[in-house]
Amino acid sequence: MEVGHSRLRLLLARTRLAWHSFRTGWSIFMESRIGVLSLVIIALFAVMAVAHPILMLTIWDTDTYDPVTGYAFDQLEQPAPPSWRHPLGTDPLGRDVLSQLLWSTRSEFVLGITAALVTVAIATTVGAVSAYYGGLVDVFFMRLADLIIALPGISLLIVLSALFKLNLFYLALVIGILGGFGGTAIILKSQALSIKVKPYIEAARVAGGGHIHIIFVHIIPNLLPLSLLYMMFTVTSAIFAEAVLSFLGLLDLRMSWGIMIHTANTGGYLMGGTRYWWLVVPAGASITLLCSAFYLGGRALDEVVNPRLRRRHD
Amino acid sequence: MTGYLVRRAGQLVITLFLIITFAFFLVQAQPGDYATFYALDPDMPPEVKEQMRASFGLDKPLWQQYLIHLKNTVTGNFGVSFGHFPRPVMEVLIERVPRTAVLFLTATVLSFYIGFLLGKAIAWRRGGFLEYTATISGATLFTVFTPAFALMMIWIFAFRLGWLPVGKFLDPLVWRHAEVSANFVFSQMLLTAFLITAFAFLALYLLRKTGRIGLVKWAGPLIAVALVVALLIWSLSGIGGLALDILHHMILPIVTLTLISFAGTMLLTRNSMLETVREDYVMAARAKGLPEKLVRDRHAARNALLPVVTSLVYSLIFAIDGSVIIEGVFSWPGTGLTLLQAVRSEDLPLVMGAMVFIGLFSLLAHVIVDVLYVYLDPRIRYQ
Repeated sequence: MEVGHSRLRLLLARTRLAWHSFRTGWSIFMESRIGVLSLVIIALFAVMAVAHPILMLTIWDTDTYDPVTGYAFDQLEQPAPPSWRHPLGTDPLGRDVLSQLLWSTRSEFVLGITAALVTVAIATTVGAVSAYYGGLVDVFFMRLADLIIALPGISLLIVLSALFKLNLFYLALVIGILGGFGGTAIILKSQALSIKVKPYIEAARVAGGGHIHIIFVHIIPNLLPLSLLYMMFTVTSAIFAEAVLSFLGLLDLRMSWGIMIHTANTGGYLMGGTRYWWLVVPAGASITLLCSAFYLGGRALDEVVNPRLRRRHD
Repeated sequence: MTGYLVRRAGQLVITLFLIITFAFFLVQAQPGDYATFYALDPDMPPEVKEQMRASFGLDKPLWQQYLIHLKNTVTGNFGVSFGHFPRPVMEVLIERVPRTAVLFLTATVLSFYIGFLLGKAIAWRRGGFLEYTATISGATLFTVFTPAFALMMIWIFAFRLGWLPVGKFLDPLVWRHAEVSANFVFSQMLLTAFLITAFAFLALYLLRKTGRIGLVKWAGPLIAVALVVALLIWSLSGIGGLALDILHHMILPIVTLTLISFAGTMLLTRNSMLETVREDYVMAARAKGLPEKLVRDRHAARNALLPVVTSLVYSLIFAIDGSVIIEGVFSWPGTGLTLLQAVRSEDLPLVMGAMVFIGLFSLLAHVIVDVLYVYLDPRIRYQ
């Protein structure tokens, strides 16, 4: 009874602390205009991702508006320019561009977040373990990271797509693994090294905490703010890699922003310039906007996590 | 210093070995082998299939195959390309590697220079109009969807304005009556560029060595004279027009690659500068009354350069990936385009060869960064 009570109080105190540091971090984040801008853009895309299933269930019928199998029977010529029924026009195969755009947003989020989670899960564990144990484990993981940094990712993914059928899940997995064992692990390890020498780690050891306990309860939670930052960068690289590979026609996906541009390009509509703008501009702008939003968000977060970058109030 | 470089070289050899091993197991991990690729033909009798497997060495145990693969890769024997049939992979790649190297090196040097200058400037005057425009446009260019951006550049400069060619390496109309091959002209151009760079470095080094500040001023004119001499030789050689045609085709890919990759260096320099401008030696330099420009360039930026150079590896890798995409869009016949075409036509020997070469490029990038680092950081030099 007594133990349970003190546990509860500890938990409450921790929550309050976490909430407080979140509030401080949030106010620093909101101070940078770039951070706010990136947050607004990401929220906008999240709304877009949610909007598609709702629209499909309410005002859009499947025969016309399905992003892959739909056909706009109401248009005489495909690709049709924007109209009331098709706000962003239709593509060369008669499919609604807006529907494709919204449908793809969801899979970009799924891809980005899966890749980021895989990266962070691997990188924090590898970083904490190699900082904590040092020695051979450390040498092995750090040389592995060096090797992965030395590999050009997109080229490697192109080669992999020649050998295997890459779908969204495998792509996220490969990007996540490359990121997790690569550069992110090195950065998180150097952070973990500075955590390892803090007095509370020693206190935990004196109190009888095992290696696993110290790594997962004391080191990794303190690595999380920094790994959140690298999640943002991983999302950017995952979305970018997906778009490039789909543009080159190398992925096994139903629809994505890259495939939309691929369709327009292979049909020869790109050199029409501004005449068929709705085939390229929405998808291209979405890729650029979402990638840069996550990237800039990461940079703004960098100022929260890394106090040396903050602007001084003087 | 030599010890450091030797150790790094050893690590690079191991890395290369791992890349070659990785390439081997990638091919092993996929279903079927090179022989099944050919043997899908139902008319082929089983004996012929067996013979084919034997001729590929696929009847041997795995470890022997691995050793053969290792030996072949080290001796540069990647086999025969399926797509360019009778030509060996090595021959195809040797023809295309210099083109990629030029594209990638020029763009990297340019983007590093521009990025460093801009990063220095925006860190020095924080919060200004320049900082917001440079950060936002830089980050947009850095994260822009490269193929779409490249196509937009083509559309504006080649299609609409007509200033530059749409893509490819040369214009067949210009080369119709040429008596020399494009590769010959291109290698001569490379040689010229190399000689001029070497001359410039040597001149600067020797003039610095004399220890007289007054003499260093003469480096600029000397290099200009060398450039004029080179131009004269080229215009008299009779193939100057052909070289100009290749140069004309090079401009747009290089500009595009530079634009997408300068922001990485810029943002890093900014961050690194923000840390050095708070150091005591910067304040000391200011207190001495040194001009603002000198404090910025010689005291703050010189020390901010180190972390930027360390992460130059990242930007070089970024440029390698970028050049694969750029080559694809501009039909620039380098290693990247070769890789893409090989992937699309399932020309596996060529894919593997191109991958090993791209791996080599990135290792070369590591070497360049190591040497630069030794040059820049005296702590390593005198260890």
